[in-house]
Amino acid sequence: MTTRVSSVPRTVAPAGLRSRLPGVLVVLTAALVLAALVLVTAAVASLFVPAAAAIAPRLVGDGVWNPAHGRVSALPFVYGTLVTSVLALGFAVPGGLGVALFLTDLGPVALRRPVETTIQVLAAIPSVVYGLWGAHALAPVIRELAPVASVLFGGPSWLAEPTTGFGYLTTGLVLALMVIPTIASVAREVLLAIPGSLREGALALGATRSEAVRHVVLPHARSGLVAAVMLGFARAASESIAVAMVIGSRPEIGRSLLSPGYSIASVIANEFAHAQTALHEGALAALGMVLLTITLVVNAGARVLARGRMPGLVSRRRG
Amino acid sequence: MTRALRWVAAVAVLVGCRSSDAPLVLHGAGATLPHPLYVRWSAAYAEKHPGVRVNYQAVGSGAGVRQIEDGVVDFGATDEPMTKEQVARIEGDVVQVPTTASAVAIAYNLEGGDEQPLHVTGELIADVFRGKVTRWDDARLRAENPGRVLPDAAILVVHRADGSGTSATLTAYLARVSDGFRDDVGSGASPAFPVGVAARGNEGVASFVRSTPNAFGYVELAHARAAGVARAAVKNRRGAFVVPDIDGIARAAEAAGDEVEPRPSLVDADADGAYPITALSCVVVPRATKDRARGAALAGFLWWGVHDGQALAKDLGYAPLPPKLVARAEVAIRRLTAGGTPALEASR
Repeated sequence: MTTRVSSVPRTVAPAGLRSRLPGVLVVLTAALVLAALVLVTAAVASLFVPAAAAIAPRLVGDGVWNPAHGRVSALPFVYGTLVTSVLALGFAVPGGLGVALFLTDLGPVALRRPVETTIQVLAAIPSVVYGLWGAHALAPVIRELAPVASVLFGGPSWLAEPTTGFGYLTTGLVLALMVIPTIASVAREVLLAIPGSLREGALALGATRSEAVRHVVLPHARSGLVAAVMLGFARAASESIAVAMVIGSRPEIGRSLLSPGYSIASVIANEFAHAQTALHEGALAALGMVLLTITLVVNAGARVLARGRMPGLVSRRRG
Repeated sequence: MTRALRWVAAVAVLVGCRSSDAPLVLHGAGATLPHPLYVRWSAAYAEKHPGVRVNYQAVGSGAGVRQIEDGVVDFGATDEPMTKEQVARIEGDVVQVPTTASAVAIAYNLEGGDEQPLHVTGELIADVFRGKVTRWDDARLRAENPGRVLPDAAILVVHRADGSGTSATLTAYLARVSDGFRDDVGSGASPAFPVGVAARGNEGVASFVRSTPNAFGYVELAHARAAGVARAAVKNRRGAFVVPDIDGIARAAEAAGDEVEPRPSLVDADADGAYPITALSCVVVPRATKDRARGAALAGFLWWGVHDGQALAKDLGYAPLPPKLVARAEVAIRRLTAGGTPALEASR
């Protein structure tokens, strides 16, 4: 008995250390993530720096990409990345949020489980398979539909042009399909985190299910949903292989949505392995940093927008 | 102390095991053109020499040269002659060993294209790829294909998006036969074609051509065959239209001159029946290897490849090296050194 009592203080001290250990580990892990970001940025910058003086003034340039002749304009790639990502979000935001609401609020309960499984399967498909699908199945359809678009929208315009099927629109559609599971699964988690009492309250006040969603659930989930969409944007903008297989890889600013173009991530995937001059390698590294900047700016902008008017779920919980 | 000693002993035993029992793995990377052949070589060589394994990654000619420059592989492989700057970047001297020859096919998609191959000349191919000939019913295309109905449609040009020895071979040929092409586009592994869309890899270009009516592109022969795309007959220097096949490649390889350094070019060969867009695939190795065992194993593998390995080429659609090129390969391999002594002798 007495020995046990006297042993208590001895066991408490290590237990204190032990209880602090997870905290220390978590801090270390967080530091590792930060270090990874810094190291990656530094490594990319170190590729860019040797030729920075030559690259920087030409990066905006005249829209011509021909590194063998010292022309390294980033414009066609920035344009292609933005156009395909925005197109993808145009299809995937309604799609992804719709699926999420179907799973949490509006869908028949019996169907929720199979739909959820389907979404998980879609998320697990490797991007190269999406690329194959885009090149073999979707591009021919777009090619055959292009003349129809010409009749509908009249002559060559930004919506209609004879096409090989490889270009911005096809890429946007492939990316949309890849991004829907991302947006849907994050949005679903956000919607599930909204207390059931809020929904019940709305229903008790006489709101229909869709009114409850529109006036109570969505406003509360706002910042979380914006985060889901941003994750989708980051995934679309940074996809390389699937895009390389369907965008047509033409370093030009295409006149229409059906034109072939190029994106930042796909040109890096295609050209980095054989870039042999410091200028070419450095220009690709600079493109990488431009992509990083685009995603950061869009992300920050969206966060400001989300906080702007109505405090969403996440910030309310914190407060 | 005893514990530390035990660790040292354990490590020593492990290291000892590794050097005596585990096979020596040679790493190679580069051109996609000879990839099927090198994989076959690797398997066949492992049966005869269980102590040596060869691991080859098809990452593209440009990347292969780069990995040799960076010293991360034992051998690189390229279809494109290395430039002086590239050679200069490699420490010491570099040896280029010819291993096999293959062709770049002009692939197209026309209705009824399989019955009789489309006839094209070098100038025509050059003008299609630099955007001067844009329609299938162009007068010059019709002139080379009398009796053939060509559609009133745009030519959908497709080329490679990634750096490639296939592009290097094609543009080396086109720059030789067309001054306009040499001035507008030039030659190299990643030329900036002014027209068309680009696809990734031989597979990407082949599948684009197969699935797109009126497409026109270029694909390495083995990949073109695998994809089942139509292949044009190209007019050679002797004025005959030749389809890409083993016979046409072999004739081009036999005509290879021995004067060109550091390696012969097979494009636009001046010989009867020679296919004009033919590539000589080479393995690139730094001349001096410090590690005696590695250097010896590599020399032994390459020697086997250019002799016994040639028998495996034909089944895969490659032409066996003609005696003249085998002799060149032998000279190159004899120049390799391992740990300061000739590598080939050390391998025996």
